[in-house]
Amino acid sequence: MDFDFTPEQIAMRKHMREFAEREIAPKAQMNDRNCKFDWDIAKKIFAEGFLGCPVPEKYGGLGLDYVAYGLMTEEVNRVCSSTRTLFSVQTSLVALTILKWGTEEQKKFYLPKMCSGEFIGCYGLTEPEAGSDAANQQTRAVKDGNDYILSGSKTWISCGTIAHYALIFATVDPKLGHKGITCFIVDTKSKGFTAQAIHGKLGLRASDTASLFLDEVRVPAENMLGQVGEGFKIAMSALDNGRFSVAAGAVGVVQGCIDACTKYAMERRTFGKPIGEHQQVQAMIADMVADCEAGRLLYLRAAHLKNKGVRNSRETSIAKLFCGEAANKHAHNAVQIFGGYGFSDEYPVERFFRDAKVLNIYEGTREIQRLIIGQDALGIRYANGKPAEATQALAMV
Amino acid sequence: MKIAVCVKAVPDTEAKIAIADGKKNIDFNGVRFITSPYDEFAIEEALKLKEKLGGDTTVISMGGNECTDVLRDSLARGIDNAVHLNDADFAGLDTLSTAKVLAAAIKDGGYEIVFVGQQGVGGDNSQVPAMLAELLGFAQTTMVVKFECDGTTFKAEREIEGAHEFVEGTLPAVISAQKGLNEPRYPGIKGVMAARRKEIAVKDAGALGVKGQVGGDKLQVTIKEMALPPERPQGRKIEGDTDSAVSELVNLLRSEAHVL
Repeated sequence: MDFDFTPEQIAMRKHMREFAEREIAPKAQMNDRNCKFDWDIAKKIFAEGFLGCPVPEKYGGLGLDYVAYGLMTEEVNRVCSSTRTLFSVQTSLVALTILKWGTEEQKKFYLPKMCSGEFIGCYGLTEPEAGSDAANQQTRAVKDGNDYILSGSKTWISCGTIAHYALIFATVDPKLGHKGITCFIVDTKSKGFTAQAIHGKLGLRASDTASLFLDEVRVPAENMLGQVGEGFKIAMSALDNGRFSVAAGAVGVVQGCIDACTKYAMERRTFGKPIGEHQQVQAMIADMVADCEAGRLLYLRAAHLKNKGVRNSRETSIAKLFCGEAANKHAHNAVQIFGGYGFSDEYPVERFFRDAKVLNIYEGTREIQRLIIGQDALGIRYANGKPAEATQALAMV
Repeated sequence: MKIAVCVKAVPDTEAKIAIADGKKNIDFNGVRFITSPYDEFAIEEALKLKEKLGGDTTVISMGGNECTDVLRDSLARGIDNAVHLNDADFAGLDTLSTAKVLAAAIKDGGYEIVFVGQQGVGGDNSQVPAMLAELLGFAQTTMVVKFECDGTTFKAEREIEGAHEFVEGTLPAVISAQKGLNEPRYPGIKGVMAARRKEIAVKDAGALGVKGQVGGDKLQVTIKEMALPPERPQGRKIEGDTDSAVSELVNLLRSEAHVL
């Protein structure tokens, strides 16, 4: 077993940390306060080609492995969850999904421009009546000659108002249940497609979130991703990547809390000494460090399996659940360590606290993760299609 | 046009510095090395000149393993080649010996211009650029804050005490970069990745032909002892009513601090 990072993984992590400290962190508080998606930051991310991190070089990506991608995602989230969301959506949910399910033509057309940020993508699965119950898709796709006519609505779609293309999941026949769900790549400029920004969010305030409305949107059949009825499988495979990104991001939140708290605890004095010398503060920080490192190992295990091309839904779910819970617990305690100051946006921990909540909600709630893990453990439904002991992930279980 | 840049790996300017046992050097345990900040201006100027006139850029650094990351950082910014001057004989060199090693690496390379930071952070001697120019027989302009070059001649603006001096010269030349010369670029991720795949040429004293000519009994400056600056004394609080406190403060500023 090898716990060492490669020199390239170390270099990429360092590079992203420096980029995040220099370009994202100084503006994170104001962007959050103003609920502003920061195009200047986005353009710098585009220029670096970061959005193509794990996409092969032949499709315009950086061709990095999932370990490097996870570490880089963590570094972005260490300073700003809103910015990390751009990666989770564009790279994990959209680009990697097209990479896996797209035809060669689709990959050649979409991926290079998605890596460079020329095309922004969004992932339209959630509907007002289909959240955790994702198979309950109400959006309809009706075949009309060589086209499909899509009608319905989507909600809580990150990057929804800025996207050029949306992966839209729709059912060709509600009677077929999840077997009728089909995925389309929809041009957001199409007639009948509208996006409306959602305001008043608890966190991720500097990210774009929208409701999408499709009113008889005509989509050519060649824009179908995968085959008719494969949509649910595609959606779940996309979520495997999305959850990985969220897990890595959540570890970034915990690391951000550790960095903020260890500094503050040695500066702030009460009862004649730095608060870091009080055992109750030490205990909170110790728990942060332990969970941070445990969480990191969990998402890196998922990354290792992704690198090997081995099914990893179970391991990704475990990472997502653990890291999301850890981020919430420790952002909560970080505010506690900062006391009154933690209640103000003068320090970043209140933003970490608000931003952490969504980690337990999107890309599969913590409850859904527990269902996946619990049913797998009980043998009711194996997340990777077979018992954990029987998978190639055995050495890592 | 062939352009050389000399860079030095120095302890991170944010590192907490401690003196090592023996008091002859600092304790390098756990200290991260970075490109000396003035050398970043030298790298940037070399890249700008290459962008303008075309050519080939080479970064050169003398030292131990700490140089590798620094050389890769230069490559990541866009420098074409890297040379690492590494030999046990090169440890603890004074400025003249350092300049001799660098000159040996540069002299037969066909370089027309050499950019160097005006001082290496830490040693802060500001001597190597001038010595290097003398050893190479190149023109030199130090402390440069503005630079133009047409490939044959150059114009430079340099800082001098209380004023700026404008000079013109002919290549080959050694130019030492002062803060303000330019805004160094950050390496991009594609540069960082490409840099990892590039070879760093390594040369030792034998390859450079300086065996026995630097360090040891050739040193003209040796370090006798290193000490940290004295800790800043605690501030003093002047008690009492305003009138007497102000008059005591004025007295102290005059008699102790000598600022009035």
